[in-house]
Amino acid sequence: MFPELIPARQLRRAIDNWVEELVANYADTLELLSQPFLDLLIWIEQLLRQSPWWAVVGAVIAITFAVSRRWKLSLAMGALLSCIGLLGLWDKGMQTLALMIMATGLSVAIGIPLGILMARINWLRQIMLPVLDVMQTMPSFVYLIPVVMLFGLGKIPAIIATVVYAVPPLIRLTDLGIRLVDAEVLEASRAFGANSRQQLFGVQLPLALPNIMAGINQTTMMALSMVVIASMIGARGLGQEVLLGINRLEVGRGLLAGLAIVVLAIIFDRITQAFGQRQQARRGA
Amino acid sequence: MSKIEVKGIYKLFGKQPQKWLAAAQSGMSKEALLKESGHTLGLRDISLNIEEGSIHVIMGLSGSGKSTLIRHFNRLIEPTAGKILVDGQDVTALSRRELELFRQQKMSMVFQRFGLFPHRSVLDNAAYGLKVQGVERALREEKAMYWLDQVGLKGFEKQFPHQLSGGMQQRVGLARALATDAEILLMDEAFSALDPLIRREMQDQLLALQEKLHKTIVFITHDLDEALRLGNRIAILKDGELVQEGTSEDILLRPATDYVAAFLQDVNRSKVLTAAHAIHGGIPRLAPNSTPAEAVSAMAEAKQDYSAVLADGKLQGVLTLAAAQQAASQNSAIDTQLVEVAQVKGHTPLEEILGDLLTNKQPAAVVDEDGQYRGMLARSKVAELLGAQVV
Ligand SMILES: Nc1ncnc2c1ncn2[C@@H]1O[C@H](COP(=O)(O)OP(=O)(O)OP(=O)(O)O)[C@@H](O)[C@H]1O
Ligand SMILES: [Mg+2]
Repeated sequence: MFPELIPARQLRRAIDNWVEELVANYADTLELLSQPFLDLLIWIEQLLRQSPWWAVVGAVIAITFAVSRRWKLSLAMGALLSCIGLLGLWDKGMQTLALMIMATGLSVAIGIPLGILMARINWLRQIMLPVLDVMQTMPSFVYLIPVVMLFGLGKIPAIIATVVYAVPPLIRLTDLGIRLVDAEVLEASRAFGANSRQQLFGVQLPLALPNIMAGINQTTMMALSMVVIASMIGARGLGQEVLLGINRLEVGRGLLAGLAIVVLAIIFDRITQAFGQRQQARRGA
Repeated sequence: MSKIEVKGIYKLFGKQPQKWLAAAQSGMSKEALLKESGHTLGLRDISLNIEEGSIHVIMGLSGSGKSTLIRHFNRLIEPTAGKILVDGQDVTALSRRELELFRQQKMSMVFQRFGLFPHRSVLDNAAYGLKVQGVERALREEKAMYWLDQVGLKGFEKQFPHQLSGGMQQRVGLARALATDAEILLMDEAFSALDPLIRREMQDQLLALQEKLHKTIVFITHDLDEALRLGNRIAILKDGELVQEGTSEDILLRPATDYVAAFLQDVNRSKVLTAAHAIHGGIPRLAPNSTPAEAVSAMAEAKQDYSAVLADGKLQGVLTLAAAQQAASQNSAIDTQLVEVAQVKGHTPLEEILGDLLTNKQPAAVVDEDGQYRGMLARSKVAELLGAQVV
């Protein structure tokens, strides 16, 4: 037997108590704070579900064309999205899409600033790297429990779990992208008297953009892989269908919903990649 | 007047430079310092004066600290000890905002690997310095267009840097540096990445621009030919120390150390040295209305047997001592006795005039681009400049 140096039982109990206290004292405050996010998510969901299907397909075609300038790709993306409708999963697909848009948006809002700070502040980097490792490897059920205790079942804990799991690659790649910017190019902007804001927005971020786009791409992929788990704690949509398929041993239901998730993944992937590639092609890298 | 004064600069790279400064000051060698403290000695006790309107070359082998030194001028690198005065103002004492303004207005820089912004068009690259200053778009693009035109890049402004050749990219770098109208131009091995022909072309272009602009240029190179061709003065660095500073003649004829002499070994002097280097210092200058007696005494005083007669700075001809004495005895004016001599441009390499010098016993005059007289070509000096190599 390994010698018991730390009393594990007490430690567990202490953590349990701490979380319970947190729930008792702060659950209401947290719910209040999360309300605007919930409102926004519901608004996106309503918009997608209540718009006619062709409007949503048209929007995807337009967005793909705007970032890629390629007609074939844009039409293919529209056709793929229509497949979800053909599989009879349009409404559920739109719920999942709304969740993805929200999770990606939040990840960008959190990940890019954090990545920038990490690239600039060395000690923050030293702290963040192990934290990111933990976020990526810790089984998500472990933090699902306290999150559900704090927020109850529903969309918000689903979003939080998704973002925690999906944001690390974006943070890492933003940091990497900024630190990979050619030292001489950055030096040139300093030599002409650029202040740190001008250096960041005029040189570092634009040059890191291909890496940042790769980060967003990975983030969306990872977020999509979370939809089944998210549906376990109350998110509706395609994940729920998969879960239902598993519970009822209906392989067909699970497979079709799974295919619909893959379709969404392909659409997110191609759009973000096309954007990154076009940026890169312009500067001939 | 000194535009830039460098006073006792020390630079140590490492975690605690201040702690090891005293050791560096007391003369600990670069190797010993690295071994004992883990600190790299970048520069040791560099003092240098850079004259307004001159091209000052800083030369040295790889790792000798050239880039480190030039980055002190606009404080891209902070000195461990010492001061840099620009127009009498201490750069090391500027606050962050003052430093930004200083970089925007006083100095601009050209980089070895060009340092262009790959995501901006050629026009936006050239206009970058002005954009940083907050100059409005129309004005800064107009200025950028002017300088792109000056460096021969008209018609390329919509392109992106990666679409241009190396030489063209560096012209963009030059245009970007010139567009801010800064008085001082820092060039860190600006032409080193270019192939020899393009390099020569860029050197010519820089010299031509300099004749018009009269900027103060600090030019870094590890190539002696380039240093001698461009530099009014040359400073040579070795392992972070200044080993010699002077004009190209000083360096060529009186190398201070074996290191400098080794540098000079492979130089083809007749190609590098020009007629301007071989000007005779002591030839008297006379006005056309000087009397023969004045001419004779001027030549006697200078111990020369001929003198140059100038009007408005242009050479009218040469008056020999014999001709002056004859004029004195005949009581005639000196301008009847003038002899016309050949004239060569100051930047002509000695190589090109050597043949004429050997066959022609006549003296020759050195003039500048506008035909202004600079001095007489001294055969003895040519022999001295080139002869040192034969020995
Ligand atoms: N940031 C740094 N940290 C540590 N050492 C440095 C740093 N920058 C330069 N050095 C050291 O300072 C010395 C001078 O380097 P520097 O780059 O100034 O040389 P250089 O003369 O410009 O060489 P090159 O011709 O290769 O450009 C070298 O020994 C180098 O290793
Ligand atoms: Mg260098």
